[in-house]
Amino acid sequence: MKPVSAEEAIAMIPNGASIMVGGFMGVGTPDRLLDELVRQKKSGLFLISNDAAVPGKGVGKLFDGGQVTNMIGTHIGLNPKAQQQMLGKQITVDLIPQGTFVERIRAGGCGLGGVLTPTGVGTLVEGGKQKIDMNGKSYLIETALRADFALVHAFLADYIGNLAYALTARNFNPVMAMAADTVIVTAENIVPVGVIAPDHVVTPGPLVDYLVANG
Amino acid sequence: MDAQTLIARRVAQELRSGNLVNLGIGIPTLVANYVPQGLAVFFQSENGLIGTGPIPEQGMAHPLLTDAGGRPISALPGAATFDSAMSFGLIRGGHVDITVLGGLQVDAGGHLANWMIPGKMVPGMGGAMDLVTGAKRVIVAMQHAAKGKSKIVAECNLPLTSARPVDLVVTDMAVIAFPGGKATLMETAPGLKVAEVLAVTEAELAIPDKVPEMKL
Repeated sequence: MKPVSAEEAIAMIPNGASIMVGGFMGVGTPDRLLDELVRQKKSGLFLISNDAAVPGKGVGKLFDGGQVTNMIGTHIGLNPKAQQQMLGKQITVDLIPQGTFVERIRAGGCGLGGVLTPTGVGTLVEGGKQKIDMNGKSYLIETALRADFALVHAFLADYIGNLAYALTARNFNPVMAMAADTVIVTAENIVPVGVIAPDHVVTPGPLVDYLVANG
Repeated sequence: MDAQTLIARRVAQELRSGNLVNLGIGIPTLVANYVPQGLAVFFQSENGLIGTGPIPEQGMAHPLLTDAGGRPISALPGAATFDSAMSFGLIRGGHVDITVLGGLQVDAGGHLANWMIPGKMVPGMGGAMDLVTGAKRVIVAMQHAAKGKSKIVAECNLPLTSARPVDLVVTDMAVIAFPGGKATLMETAPGLKVAEVLAVTEAELAIPDKVPEMKL
């Protein structure tokens, strides 16, 4: 784990990169990294995020300036800008069931090729996917999902990158911290090693590449 | 009693002590207000919480404790938090006893459409498909008709949420179940006659000998 500034962290991300961003409707989102993505005008981003939040909040900020060209998510109904950009075909959005979204990312982080899920069988979600029957039930094969970068927000981070999360701000963060080539973390509190008890570490330090210094 | 309150109160009667329950947005959210006294029900919020409590008092909200719409909530004693993989493992894995969702259409076979109107409303399905596919019991809470058009249809022409039929539909006019896969009128709203319900219902409903009124 290497400590960096938010500016240095985002400077590593090239235009057109795929980024997984933790958070659920802006809660548990690494806001300082998003602000820096906006400030450095990164463009052509492939965003993998549960939702599009709302304009001006969380990942919603990336739609305000048209920085996203592709998105995989589960719900963008509360961000009219993202909706307009999708309906106007300025961006491509792949909307998938939330349970499938998180399992595809989990598979990507755990070395699995994908998962079998009954969700979506008999619906539009089937389109173009392989379906298999097993033990008398039908499943869709959903492939693993990874990204170039994961932008993760934790409640506590210690000096070697062990992470713990708070309340409903945990959501997709620990799963995404497994599924990207480079993992960048912001934390509400950076604390000495030992403050997070071993049993309370959710994301072990070796998974974290960069921790954004507070200040 | 307004239509939404009536629906929410009737759905609340379906809850049993110890149930793990997921409430969708809209009318389903109101169900939490009518849990019968003394009944211990666990409410799940799919963004990672079991033990959802009421909206916090003024000044007591925590920015990291919200419902799936991002609104502040509280957590009851005994609450548990977890990540989204666990949350949807609970949902898809059959650990959620009851899910209550809104609906755009339910058809005679119990199929639900509630996530998109092609060309008009394409917000994404969020957690709805997993909930309908995986929960032990699926209850739809919705108005019986919209703009004079029945939402209980012969066959859904909107995209389905799941191939799995729902278990119960509660509207402001009726309670409908699907014994043997056939839409059946179980109850009417207080003061409504069976014929009055049928007059605004597109789907063909089976009518048992006795159709009681909802007891609220």
